[in-house]
Amino acid sequence: MSDHDHDHDHDHDHDHDHDHDHDHDHDHDHDHPHEPIAGAESAIATRARALEELLVEKGVVQREDVRRNVDWLVSRSPADGARLVAHAWVDPDFKERLLADARAAALELGLDPGPSPVVVAVENTEQVHHMVVCTLCSCYPRALLGPPPDWYKSLPYRSRAVSDPRGILDEFGVELEDGVELRVLDSTADIRYLVLPRRPPETDGLGEDELAALVTRDSMIGVAQPA
Amino acid sequence: MTFRVGDRVRVSDRAHEGHHRTPGYLKGRSGRVELVHGEFTNPETRAYGGDGLPEEALYQVVFARDELWPGAADRTYVDLFEHWLEAA
Repeated sequence: MSDHDHDHDHDHDHDHDHDHDHDHDHDHDHDHPHEPIAGAESAIATRARALEELLVEKGVVQREDVRRNVDWLVSRSPADGARLVAHAWVDPDFKERLLADARAAALELGLDPGPSPVVVAVENTEQVHHMVVCTLCSCYPRALLGPPPDWYKSLPYRSRAVSDPRGILDEFGVELEDGVELRVLDSTADIRYLVLPRRPPETDGLGEDELAALVTRDSMIGVAQPA
Repeated sequence: MTFRVGDRVRVSDRAHEGHHRTPGYLKGRSGRVELVHGEFTNPETRAYGGDGLPEEALYQVVFARDELWPGAADRTYVDLFEHWLEAA
């Protein structure tokens, strides 16, 4: 979804002069603080906008709720996940707690783990590499990583992550050493998965903030190593 | 909860009209219960405005490569609701 999908959506002549009755307030005269955003809109954005219009029109959702949720989503960033990872790298006891209950561990650091009742962190080691996909849609630990990248939501990634994950890793430039077990997590339900990547070599002297700066979004999805 | 960690299970190979969270590529495939996540509301009714009750047990099930594709991961972990699982 683009940044411009909500609130300032439609054109000037959107006056809904349908001939059927509406039994609710049907005022589409929003106070737009600016001119409509020009430019092409993707098909999915058009569909999302149309759906939002209908849901608002029928009173299923309030436009303010949509705006608040979008604001929350775009305010999230992988920096929160990176803090979790860096803290786990420097504090083995915290790492154990993170792997046992990532939601509680996030709360412990004052981070918002999001609405999912269960967040699971999985550790990449010399023996095991994890990567995460949602083959059915785009389930993702948004609270800790921000909005998912477009490729994560694409059909090729979603299908190949389960049928050809090594091919995907190869394209992302991840080389697994011989004998490393590859595990793919397909998040189909209420659980959100976060990868705890391997700490890069020769980082012993770095502080937690410096370590966090090495932790990329993609490394927490499992398609990259920390830089 | 019917199943326990370590139990062999098979994903039901049935069609389902409407929203459900069991990927087609797993239907009829066998795996092993890795985690018991607990009980969660049922997305198949929640998707249509229902309350999703009664809650259903949700398991993490692990599938070996030879159950899926030659190029699949060594292990593929998927969260599946109890009513899609049969003892195997």
